[in-house]
Amino acid sequence: MSEKIKFTIDGKECIAKKGQYILEAALENGIYIPFLCNMKGVKPAGSCRLCNVKINGRNMTACTTPVAAGMEVESEIPELQELRLSIIEMLFVEGNHFCPSCEKSGNCELQALAYKFQMLVPRFPYEFPIKEVDASSPKLYIDRNRCIKCKRCIRNIKDENGKSYFAFYKRAHDVEICLDKELAATMSDELAQKAMDTCPVGAILRKEKGFDQPIGTRKFDKQAIGTDIISVVENINMEVKE
Amino acid sequence: MTKKITIEPVTRVEGHGKVTIHLDENANIVQSRLHIVEFRGFERFVQGRPYWEAPVLVQRLCGICPVSHHLAAAKALDVIVGAGTGNGLTPTGEKMRRLMHYGQTFQSHALHFFHLASPDLLLGIDADPAIRNVIGVILNFKDLAVQGVMMRKFGQEIIRATAGKKIHGTGAIPGGINKNLSLAERDEFLYGADPLNIDKMIEWAQASVDLFKAYHKDHSDMIDNFAKFPSNHLSIVREDGAMDLYHGVLRAIDTNGKKILHDVDYQDYLEYIGEEVRTWSYMKFPYLREFGKKDGWYTVGPLARLNTCDFIPTPLAQKECEIFKAYTHGKPNNMSMHMHWARLIELLHSAEMMKELLNDPDIMGDDLVTKGTKQKEGVGVIEAPRGTLFHHYRINDNDQIDMANLIVSTTNNNQPMNNAVRMVAEKMMTGHKEITEPMMNAVEVAIRAYDPCLSCATHALGKMPLEIALYDKNNILIDKKRS
Repeated sequence: MSEKIKFTIDGKECIAKKGQYILEAALENGIYIPFLCNMKGVKPAGSCRLCNVKINGRNMTACTTPVAAGMEVESEIPELQELRLSIIEMLFVEGNHFCPSCEKSGNCELQALAYKFQMLVPRFPYEFPIKEVDASSPKLYIDRNRCIKCKRCIRNIKDENGKSYFAFYKRAHDVEICLDKELAATMSDELAQKAMDTCPVGAILRKEKGFDQPIGTRKFDKQAIGTDIISVVENINMEVKE
Repeated sequence: MTKKITIEPVTRVEGHGKVTIHLDENANIVQSRLHIVEFRGFERFVQGRPYWEAPVLVQRLCGICPVSHHLAAAKALDVIVGAGTGNGLTPTGEKMRRLMHYGQTFQSHALHFFHLASPDLLLGIDADPAIRNVIGVILNFKDLAVQGVMMRKFGQEIIRATAGKKIHGTGAIPGGINKNLSLAERDEFLYGADPLNIDKMIEWAQASVDLFKAYHKDHSDMIDNFAKFPSNHLSIVREDGAMDLYHGVLRAIDTNGKKILHDVDYQDYLEYIGEEVRTWSYMKFPYLREFGKKDGWYTVGPLARLNTCDFIPTPLAQKECEIFKAYTHGKPNNMSMHMHWARLIELLHSAEMMKELLNDPDIMGDDLVTKGTKQKEGVGVIEAPRGTLFHHYRINDNDQIDMANLIVSTTNNNQPMNNAVRMVAEKMMTGHKEITEPMMNAVEVAIRAYDPCLSCATHALGKMPLEIALYDKNNILIDKKRS
């Protein structure tokens, strides 16, 4: 059994495995810290900054900071909630997000977070960037208007040799995802579906499959984001006692 | 002194319109026009989008009858995904869509008659504008107003159950539908507590037809002669000539009832229909190519549908259809205000159709989608509440739309509405030095009979009212009234 350490999130006592990142440990303790770029089983990137927490007065990304014994983590404090809302708003203004006609509406994590944080209208001016779509691959439709550059696809969609189907190209503000055309030509339906499910927004869509899931039955129609976190802390507590 | 009158914005219509009327020194009408002053450009910005997005994207043209655009686009895409037209869909797919469409027609017709048109009829064209509105109807005809609201609600609930949402749902997808109707949903519509059940809706729809007929009896001079002019009429009809608002063949008749478009396949609509652009309006002028721009214009909508169909395939509406047709001795009815009568007969027909569909077990089936050999191009045509609606899409090798053409119901009625404006202006304003509010409202009443949706028609955006302005011979504004 791996070593267990104790720490707190917003004063609540939590238990983590040694070396575990704060975000992962929080989820296991039944505490939701908002995130977009993180994905279970995929190496964290710390790119979206939504999971910012305060540790000893410093802002740290919960997905990339390992838990230390006795660590006091602050998460649901007004300062950080405001910061998270502003990040969500920035993501909306720097892309072209038209939820009404987007296939991912109802299954979109960005949209679900905007609802959670009760975003009404962004405080920042819309940039209305001109983005190219890429419909050239047989299985996927890449809509860069909606990409939030979380790199989930790059980290999670790989061939058997570990080569990624996706990559970033261009630099800084202009950075965009692209799809390896040669690899994409032989992509299976299963992997195409995995790519679509990996994308937290509607930037990666399976071709010829749209809107077949009725309104009202979609993931966040049924349950608001972050409310499905099931605490496994009781099990861990039992293990510690043993 | 020459005068130019502008009515801007036109009120109690969907969309923003403007009327200009030019009078010469003797107050004779020199020119009158209905201008559509907005532009949206859906046909352009749908280009590049994946084709399966079209039914959800393009319906955003309008919040009044989005279901029509949703279904017309889905029908065009049925052709593209190889499901074909007509009987190409599974019974559940087709019947769910039909239920959605008749629910939509029912709520739209109820909205138009009770909320938009009834103030003119019940309170009078020349009544004080302060009471000549839906609030005036509520205050003076409470039961009727409640019926209007509840009928609209029933139709909206049908849309929610079939499309997923009351406005801008996602139910119709290329090749079919994404849900069926549950037993609980069906029973709620069939046997729900009064008044929200289908039998009450049929009863109220019948009562509204009777209300119009009684009104007509007392006001036959106005109803029969207001904005009456000869016109061609166009709609889709079922292959056996029955009224069918969801699917059929294109038929047009001339003012004497002679067939001038012989039940043709709408996939070939471009062979028969052209669109003319005029510099002063964003709304195009469609015409039947065979008869040219001058004589080929036609009317669409409830009046045209009653004129083109041979019969209505539901008993109560058929009975009313027979009375309607007998009034003009079987000849086409060219009286603009009879549009209201025809609309209410369709309201009744829609209610009867909903009942028929709700009692059909196919509506609860599980086989929802059909696909076949993919095509590059498809046309979808539907009888929207306001008339024949054409959606035409072409896709490239990457499944992106690279061409879209929409001919919207109100666009088809562009020339008839302009004619109606001219007729009413000539009758009401010729020889009058001062233009009064009732005169301007009379112009709007004529436009309103067509239940135009001006935002759809130019694929346009914005608030919806009409304005009249008065110009002297040097085109200088001397008076302007907003209604």
